Amino acid sequence: MIPRWILVPAAVGVVFVLLPLVAIVARVDWADFLDLITSQASKDALWLSLRTSAIATLLCLLFGTPMAMVLARTSFPGQGVLRSLVLLPLVLPPVVGGIALLYTFGRRGLLGHELEVLGLEVAFSTTAVVLAQTFVALPFLVVSLEGALRTAGQRYEVVAASLGAGPTTVFRRVTLPLVLPGLVSGAVLAFARALGEFGATITFAGSLQGVTRTLPLEIYQLRETDVDAAVALSLVLVVVAVLVIGFARQGRSSL
Amino acid sequence: MRRLLIPALLALVAPLAACGSDDDSGSGDTTLTVYAAASLTATFEKIADEFEAAHDGVDVKLSFGGSSDLVAQIQNGAPADVFASADTENMDKLVEAGMADGDPQDFATNVPEIAVPPGNPAGVRSFQDLAGQDVKVVVCAPEVPCGAATQEVADKAGVTLHPVSEEQSVTDVLGKVASGEADAGVVYVTDVRAAGDQVEGIELPESDQVVNTYPIVAVEGTDAPDPAQEFLDLVLGDTGQQILRDAGFGRP
Repeated sequence: MIPRWILVPAAVGVVFVLLPLVAIVARVDWADFLDLITSQASKDALWLSLRTSAIATLLCLLFGTPMAMVLARTSFPGQGVLRSLVLLPLVLPPVVGGIALLYTFGRRGLLGHELEVLGLEVAFSTTAVVLAQTFVALPFLVVSLEGALRTAGQRYEVVAASLGAGPTTVFRRVTLPLVLPGLVSGAVLAFARALGEFGATITFAGSLQGVTRTLPLEIYQLRETDVDAAVALSLVLVVVAVLVIGFARQGRSSL
Repeated sequence: MRRLLIPALLALVAPLAACGSDDDSGSGDTTLTVYAAASLTATFEKIADEFEAAHDGVDVKLSFGGSSDLVAQIQNGAPADVFASADTENMDKLVEAGMADGDPQDFATNVPEIAVPPGNPAGVRSFQDLAGQDVKVVVCAPEVPCGAATQEVADKAGVTLHPVSEEQSVTDVLGKVASGEADAGVVYVTDVRAAGDQVEGIELPESDQVVNTYPIVAVEGTDAPDPAQEFLDLVLGDTGQQILRDAGFGRP
């Protein structure tokens, strides 16, 4: 039971969030919609965004899953502080993340010299886009998986271990299947965050069609000359975001 | 539902809008809002100080941004009294929308220049050098004024650039050059001057054919027509012109 008056501010909040989305739909030039979103520049941007976000999501799974395991299943001094620090990109303004990445992987950054020796040029490359996306998306996977791990508990793991399964077997055959829905929804959220990444990318990777100009950067650029195209592409991202939330909910409800 | 929710939503926005104007009430009774191209930031802040010193009771509020963004904002009802554009194209948009009060007047010019990191690591000497294989060049996207100017210089010099990035603004280009990520960028002479010792400038002989003109105008329907006109007079007069000259702007 909730007090009835609570419905009013709640409804205002809902309208505040939804009305701008309605405004975008209302502003779309439907007659030319398909032409607008299928220009070469738009297609390049969409394809680049999908590719880089997919790779970033894989990297998040590869490194985020072990991170979540360590945070959820072990305890050591300073763990709380470490968790907070690792989740920092979640609350950090993306442009700050971009500047931080620039001074880490940039030509004159902390690792700039080492990368140059290895013949790796990160600046202005698609790699830079993936790094920026991974940086901002990783905490989403870690948070959601750590939560799933804690909720699932350790009962089945203990049983499996008592039956003679080694730690790697337990992880592979018991833990991972158990938290799979959490893992999927975490990965979907990470993908969505990577897809929407803007600030860190424009600061760190630059903007060049087909190389570093992802969909959000293309929208930002089009605003300058072709507002209709910018609005049409914005709607594409809204639709993708809605689909992603649908997926993430699916993953969670089956937990 | 709509009848109930829309007022409620406005109720959410109204206090925010109110507290915004409270904060900025300052000392003056009249507020003059000036929308100016981002490249005018330093100079217009000085000019605004001069204006406030000479006009008791008038508070100048400055809003800087890309000229096309500013025009879009004014067309969407932003409360601008004066608009100073970095190019004639965007000023034309305002005039065509019937939102200019009188004819825009040219008050400054600017020319493109190459910016390189301190020490010029790639040894760039001319626009031709920018086409070199090993030189990482960053430019403004052709859609924004500084990018269009860069393209024009490239055409005049007969050089085809292969930039590693097409940035959205002069600031983005300067950032990449100053941090040493890029070997060179093309911006305006005033941007190089304003960046101090973060970058070095290389003048372009081709640039006198690619002069960018800055027009200024009062916005139609301004609440403060007199201060707006006086601000225009200040910008176009000796004091304003001297401030602009000091920053590297040319005379129109």
